[in-house]
Amino acid sequence: MAEPAPALAAVPSAQPRVLVVLGVLAALLAVAPFLGFYPVFLMKALCFALFACAFNLLIGFGGLLSFGHAMFLGTAGYVCAYAAKEWGLTPELAILAGTATSGLLGVIVGALAIRRQGIYFAMITLAIAQMMYFFYLQTPFTHGEDGIQSVPRGKLFGVLDLSNTLTMYYFVLAVFLLAFLLIYRIIHSPFGQVLKAIRENEPRAISLGYDAARYKLLAFILSAILAGLAGATKAIVFQLASLTDVHWTMSGEVVLMTLLGGMGTIFGPVVGAFVIVSLENYLSAFGEWVTVITGAIFVICVLAFRRGIVGELAAWWAKRSH
Amino acid sequence: MTEIFGISTQALFGQLLIGLINGAFYAMLSLGLAVIFGLLNIINFAHGAQYMLGAFCAYFLLQYAGVGYWWALLIAPVVVGITGILIERTMLAKLYKLDHLYGLLLTFGLALIFQGIFTNYYGSSGQPYRLPEEFAGAFNLGFMYLPKYRAWVIVASLIVCGSTWFVIERTKLGSYLRAATENPAMVQAFGINVPRMITLTYGFGVALAAFAGVMAAPIYQVSPLMGANLIIVVFAVVVIGGMGSILGAVLTGFGLGIVEGLTKVFYPEASNTVIFVIMVIVLLIKPAGLFGRER
Repeated sequence: MAEPAPALAAVPSAQPRVLVVLGVLAALLAVAPFLGFYPVFLMKALCFALFACAFNLLIGFGGLLSFGHAMFLGTAGYVCAYAAKEWGLTPELAILAGTATSGLLGVIVGALAIRRQGIYFAMITLAIAQMMYFFYLQTPFTHGEDGIQSVPRGKLFGVLDLSNTLTMYYFVLAVFLLAFLLIYRIIHSPFGQVLKAIRENEPRAISLGYDAARYKLLAFILSAILAGLAGATKAIVFQLASLTDVHWTMSGEVVLMTLLGGMGTIFGPVVGAFVIVSLENYLSAFGEWVTVITGAIFVICVLAFRRGIVGELAAWWAKRSH
Repeated sequence: MTEIFGISTQALFGQLLIGLINGAFYAMLSLGLAVIFGLLNIINFAHGAQYMLGAFCAYFLLQYAGVGYWWALLIAPVVVGITGILIERTMLAKLYKLDHLYGLLLTFGLALIFQGIFTNYYGSSGQPYRLPEEFAGAFNLGFMYLPKYRAWVIVASLIVCGSTWFVIERTKLGSYLRAATENPAMVQAFGINVPRMITLTYGFGVALAAFAGVMAAPIYQVSPLMGANLIIVVFAVVVIGGMGSILGAVLTGFGLGIVEGLTKVFYPEASNTVIFVIMVIVLLIKPAGLFGRER
């Protein structure tokens, strides 16, 4: 990239306000099942929100557009489902196994992909993800088109029965909030700041003595781990790991969520994920038109709405308070 | 029947031929991507969808207007190319000052729209496209039969790639194009209308995709998702070849088609993934691609 991308830049965030918003969000989500929202819908949205946040860590703060993030979601889902079903691991261990596998995949893919930049980076991640897709299509343990079905939810730490929907919901909420705090922490750590510097001007960051490649790789691995956490949790929630989660459309979907909510904003991906998941929920009767609408949202966002929902709101707020 | 490495020559040459055919399409599509990337600096994610549009255009022409293959080969690229020009003028032109990734996201959205609309009306199964009568039958090469249409695909693809190479590398127009790739502001200062050149280049790249789509119609059937998976393979081809050189794109396209064909003979399980594996190896050894340069 020759010049820094103005629209990808994060909106400056006042730290205390973020924590207040997060507190309100957590409280709202904690009571949401009693306000008439379906827990299964909320859990799906939360898993995707985490997935989008992980993706956002890479694009919004590292400036790296991965078009293959579905491979981390899907890989963790498969490993987690297999571990829970065939090895009988407890859910937390199964999720850990899935997440760790995704992290490992992230090390390998990241080391390869960061050898090229910008558009090539996107194409390489997409191509490797497609390779993983064919691998999962052909390898026997994933059961091809059927996927790994009826994965037991099991007992968390051997005590809490996750087959109870509400228990499951609060577990997912806890995973989401913890991961979100971790991402928040990463962004505001010295590491996050260096990452931002590399995004804005890589040659300058290198001349300041930062090993840009290492920072990018680390960001990629972190993003892969968190995406894996989302995928593994999702597999336990839906008791299913299938090819949908490794397909390129899934990689596109997470890009859309982040773009719509606001790249480089803290809450953007969460908002984007909730909007897209509800949209798909309500529009599922329209069949293939969902794809058309998804595409149209992409086009509109890119042409007129590049800061996304949260980014536009923040800009509006900043303008008003001046 | 003769055998090589325990595999009948018939099967071997059959797969080699299929590989060459696939390679012809990889070459045409990666050529279009490279031409567009050279001047616009965006990767055209809608390329697969525009390839599909070309095939559907030929299908409509035959089905509803009785217009045959040869005219379709001319009309479809023009029609789809014009839609490409409209897209460039109304949308892509607004993105040149931004990060190039936005071009990728926009064209990805467009691809979803095209594919969604056609899937909605035609499902995901293919519509057959009748082979033109001139191409019925096959040449007997002694060791194998070469269907006439397949021979034509290879020849036509070589002609198209060759003339594109000639125009870009050996004509005045091409020299403007190459100059604008290096330094658009300077070329503009010499009084050449660079924005119009960019528009026409995108139109040409898209027309190339549509041309490939018409060529593909009799072989692969016409289906809404025919370009979706193909384009990802073509991306890998582009990464392997590097987008710096026209000749490189063509050679890599054909070469990888043949490698894929051979993989189908010797280790069929890997035939879907072999190109991606090669991409990984190339990235490790020569990150800029076989014919590429860092930019």
